[in-house]
Parts: sequence; structure tokens; C-alpha cells
Amino acid sequence: MKIVAVCGAGIGTSVLLKMNAEKVLRTLGLTATVEATDIETARATRDAQILLTTPEIVDKLQGLPAEVIAIDHVFDLTEIAEKLEKAMA
Amino acid sequence: MSLLQSAFAEGSVLLGASAVDWREAVTLAGERLVASGRCTEAYTQAMIATIEELGPYVVIAPGMAMPHARPSEAVLSTGMSLVTLAEPVAFGHKKNDPVRVVFALAALDHDRHLELLSEFAAKFSQPDFVNSLLVCNDPEQINNLFA
Repeated sequence: MKIVAVCGAGIGTSVLLKMNAEKVLRTLGLTATVEATDIETARATRDAQILLTTPEIVDKLQGLPAEVIAIDHVFDLTEIAEKLEKAMA
Repeated sequence: MSLLQSAFAEGSVLLGASAVDWREAVTLAGERLVASGRCTEAYTQAMIATIEELGPYVVIAPGMAMPHARPSEAVLSTGMSLVTLAEPVAFGHKKNDPVRVVFALAALDHDRHLELLSEFAAKFSQPDFVNSLLVCNDPEQINNLFA
């Protein structure tokens, strides 16, 4: 399982999403690799199963062979856990 | 000193500021990055352009925005600035508006600020951290919160 966290620049929001997703995965006992990147790189990625981003970016990631998850509150581990668990089930 | 504390250089914090809109709030945060030697004015423009292009996705938690742009020649060193607003401004985010705390982030590349952001995330995983920033009226109090 490969998860890619995506934001506009690939240095801020996506990095925070990646870190918190890794925390959540450890808590849930789930295994996946998580990378952080920008929109262009994410659009060229073909081997990710899940794209993790914020609501405004979702439209930019349409048409890719991955499920797109939007997180409203990047520091809310409960929200990330619920959405990731559902997507990975 | 924590990485988070060292990310905020002299002149990087402005508390209780006034801004009429998100653009002015981001500009103030960019000016604090410039004043503390992290970037040139072009980086502030790049942060604004990113929000214009992609929308208010930098509003990553209730009441809090973290504007940033890509690593570029406009970045002189990796660091952050903080502006707290006396009156909140709307960024146009559906759930996390209005914003009272603006953290601008400048990064030299994609890797060297990861531990800094890890410390940053740990602080914001505490409930009410945004409110604890808002009651500060002295940069030294902010510094203590980042310890």
C-alpha cells in the first residue's frame, strides 16, 4: 500500500499530512509507505493507492487511479484515522 | 533550544496585528520572514500567488493558516514567522475560517525542515494550542510555548 500526501508546494501541508498519517498508521497497526509531494508530481504518480490532501486540492487530483481523501483539520488524528481506515479497508 | 524555537529568528513574530483580509495577513507574515532574514519579498508574492491559484488550502486547522511556497531563489534560509491577528480574517475556507494565527514557512528544499515540522505538528496536536498563542502579548511568551 502506498499513500501519497499532496499539497501545492510539497513542503508544508503535505509534510504535516504525511507525518500525522504515519502516526495514525502506527496506532491502527496498519502498514503503508507514505510520501509527501506537490500536485504535479502526484499527478504523474501511478503506483499510489491513496492520495491524502486538503479539500481545495481534491479537484486537481481527479482522474488518477487512486482514492483521494480530503482532510479538513491536518492535526486531527481522529479525522485522519477514520478516513484512512475506511479507505484502506 | 528546540528546532521550533530556532526557526523563529529575531523579528519573526508580530502579535495582535490588524489585517483587513487574508492577503494583508499573509503579507504581514511574509514581511516578518523578510525582516528575520529568511527570504526576499518575492517569496511573499509567491505565497499569495499559491493561495490565489489553489485556494485557501493553507488553512490547515481551525483558526490557523500556514502559508508557504515552493523552495526557490527567494528563500535565504529555512524558518518560520508568526502573526497573530487582533481581529480574525476570512481566507474562504469552508470549515476552518476565520483565521487568527498565521505561520509563514520558508524552506530551502524538500528535506531539511522535516524535523522542524515534526516539532510543529507535535505542538498543534495539543488541544487549544492556537488559543494559547493568542493570549501571548510578548514574543518571549511565544518562545516559551515553542520550547
